[in-house]
Amino acid sequence: MNVAAFRPPRRIQRRFEPLIERALFLCAVLSIGTTIGIVVVLTIETGAFFREVPIVEFLTGTEWTPLFAVPRFGVLPLVAGTLLVTLIAMAVALPMGLLSAIYLSEYAGSRVRRIVKPVLEVLAGVPTVVYGYFALLFVTPLLQRVVPAMAGFNALSPGIVMGIMILPLVSSLAEDAMRGVPRGLREASYALGATRMQTSLRVVVPAAFSGITAAFILAVSRAIGETMIVAIAAGQQPRLTLDPTVPVETMTAYIVQVSLGDTPQGTLEYRTIFAVGMLLFIGTFGLNLVSTWLRERYREAYA
Amino acid sequence: MNLVADTLGEARAGGRTIAWRRAADAAFQTVALLVLLAALACLGALIRDIVVDGAGRLSWDFVTGYPSRRASQAGIWPALWGSVFIILVTAVLAVPVGVAAAIYLEEYGGRSLPARIIELNITNLAAVPSIVYGLLGLGLFVRTLGMGRSVLAGASTLALLVLPVVILSTREALRAVPGSLREASYALGATKWQTIRHQVLPVAAPGILTGLILALSRAVGETAPLIITGAVTFATFAPDSIWSPFTVLPIQIFNWVSRPQADFHANAAAGILVLVLLLLSMNAIAVWLRDRYSQRGTA
Amino acid sequence: MNVAAPRPLTSLGELAARPRDTTGVDAPVKIEVDRLSFFYGQKRALHDISIRIRRNLVTAFIGPSGCGKSTFLRTLNRMNDIIPGTRVEGSIRIDSVDIYGPDVDVVQLRRRVGMVFQKSNPFPKSIFENVAYGLRINGMAADASELAGRVEESLRQAALWDEVKDRLHESALALSGGQQQRLCIARALAVRPEILLMDEPASALDPIATQRIEELVYDLKQSYTIVIVTHNMQQAARVSDYTAFFWLGRLVEFDRTDKIFTAPAETLTEDYVTGRFG
Repeated sequence: MNVAAFRPPRRIQRRFEPLIERALFLCAVLSIGTTIGIVVVLTIETGAFFREVPIVEFLTGTEWTPLFAVPRFGVLPLVAGTLLVTLIAMAVALPMGLLSAIYLSEYAGSRVRRIVKPVLEVLAGVPTVVYGYFALLFVTPLLQRVVPAMAGFNALSPGIVMGIMILPLVSSLAEDAMRGVPRGLREASYALGATRMQTSLRVVVPAAFSGITAAFILAVSRAIGETMIVAIAAGQQPRLTLDPTVPVETMTAYIVQVSLGDTPQGTLEYRTIFAVGMLLFIGTFGLNLVSTWLRERYREAYA
Repeated sequence: MNLVADTLGEARAGGRTIAWRRAADAAFQTVALLVLLAALACLGALIRDIVVDGAGRLSWDFVTGYPSRRASQAGIWPALWGSVFIILVTAVLAVPVGVAAAIYLEEYGGRSLPARIIELNITNLAAVPSIVYGLLGLGLFVRTLGMGRSVLAGASTLALLVLPVVILSTREALRAVPGSLREASYALGATKWQTIRHQVLPVAAPGILTGLILALSRAVGETAPLIITGAVTFATFAPDSIWSPFTVLPIQIFNWVSRPQADFHANAAAGILVLVLLLLSMNAIAVWLRDRYSQRGTA
Repeated sequence: MNVAAPRPLTSLGELAARPRDTTGVDAPVKIEVDRLSFFYGQKRALHDISIRIRRNLVTAFIGPSGCGKSTFLRTLNRMNDIIPGTRVEGSIRIDSVDIYGPDVDVVQLRRRVGMVFQKSNPFPKSIFENVAYGLRINGMAADASELAGRVEESLRQAALWDEVKDRLHESALALSGGQQQRLCIARALAVRPEILLMDEPASALDPIATQRIEELVYDLKQSYTIVIVTHNMQQAARVSDYTAFFWLGRLVEFDRTDKIFTAPAETLTEDYVTGRFG
């Protein structure tokens, strides 16, 4: 039992302790390095890309055919694909998630909660490849029976599945926001003779509005960045359309498609994934900042 | 005070009677419950679908076999070993740095400006899509640092990906340690690091471990970052060093799902079952570790 | 459990008749506090406190809740340094050294000025390890047998040895409240402090456990200078040689205990000790 092991002589200890603090600090600073790394890598390759392709063409062009003999670099079809799938996913996740949150926050007894909470946690923890499998081989055939014109790859199927995947996120964040509303507000409403539904919809939800909006924005950000479900089930045909029954390609699926291929480093095609990635990063980062700002503001209101 | 007359008066005036409001309340509750049931049903359908498609294919040969052009002979061993191997390397990279960073932020940083900036940065990083991490890994680890399409490049990328989660969950565990413990230690003439090392960390350890394993089990399911940093999709060998090429379970599943033949789809489903088993084992280990190291107060 | 009969106080007259330390007034000064003020941010919690605490005597701090007595106690071993945004004006000298001076090593200070807290806070370790921890981190034992010897010595000093000697390696959390508090005292004594600060050490304990702590304090003052914060006036009267009465962050009166309780100089003090407010 080395009793001295706990403590070297005080002189040495006094010089040793600040070193430990310094080492721990460096580890913490590494996380800043990650952000810097992302920005630097994306910027360098995107910069090289825009030296060959005018940025205006990139942002406003409506054809994305980088591998053709006459390549076109208009990113809008990819953006449209992403937004279409996101829209469908949000149409599923937001109302269902909010309803689920309201129910859990205002109505549910412990029995319901004990079943629902784990189910939501499992739904959130399923790997996205599994959802992709489900979308392609279960949901798409199901949809095809209802809508015969539905193609094997489409936007509706991954959109719906993505919505189910994001539902737990919306539900738990919205529930947190609603739980932050002081009980006094609810009690005041009940004391006036309001029903639970009226209190929930007219008092609690508006009071938790910033927090709920923050949750919605985060959900959108998550959907935009999602990759495998769309890579498996949405298709690889960039198309500027709002039709959910035809194949489309999202920004994320395009990056995967190129990575699976044999594109050599330093070529224009290689750089396209960074340009698309930069767009993705800016979009999601911006949304995340807004969401965080809203959540902070909400917390201040009910501190 | 004539309540009945008031209610009738309200009805005549077109207002909401209590009966109407009760009905709306009940309807609302029903809708909400249906929504939750729908979510439950989807999970059920998912599980059932996978099990029906894949259970038949699941066998010892499948788990220990190698991929093949013929679906019925394909196995998943390289992908399984690849997943386990890369998670271990990721853990070695991410855990010390993540725990150290969390200790700094929670015990030393306080409300200082550098600490607040780092905290904000970590919150943002936790929400960046994993595919962007893949691009970072490609540009930095695979190309610039010359690691090539290796386990090390993939693990480094995953380590950066899970770092924010590790930091956040470790901080939670540290925060849960009661302040009275730290005070008692300081009052005996202990330095900050002595207090952290001998009192705070042992008490926070189970929570930290659980958080780590949860973060790593999320990493097991990650596909896109590894595709981008160059994991192969058709591996005929299991990786034997950190410089080897490799594949992981989700990518193998992805590969099989992308084929048109139904036989490969069955393989994909079986692969999913293997993946799920791996995740369940990791969670079971997390629970076991947490119980084993729970402070029972003995030396 | 061998318990001596408790000594109830039936009147202040009886208090005056109890044998008192008459050497106190000549005892050397251990802690000299000069015009101490303490701030939580902008808020001033202590106002110009000056007091001399004498060696090997028990000094009690009394006063109503929130009067600053615990805050003042914690300035004596610089425990308030842990709280961000606090500030000290004035000086505290222990053996003529200003403990807030620039050259002072806080870590060493806290070894010399030990503290026992209101709610007992044993480490979630074994009884042995609780007492040994202080010795280990201060490097105060050369080997295992010396360590074990010091642990036993401290547990004896805290009147706990007989009760735990057969289960030293069991969890400290399995002990009763009173035993845990005595363990915390043993832990504090193990590092051989010169001064022992006790912040309402018996407030969470039943009367019998409380009495054992009080007897312990009476015995310990032979070797240590003790400062004890208490909201229980009778306890202060039983246990201390000097008493300081605080109110709203100010030191109202400081004198020998029997004088404070029988013939206080300030009306405020008299009102408090006779129960007119509190």
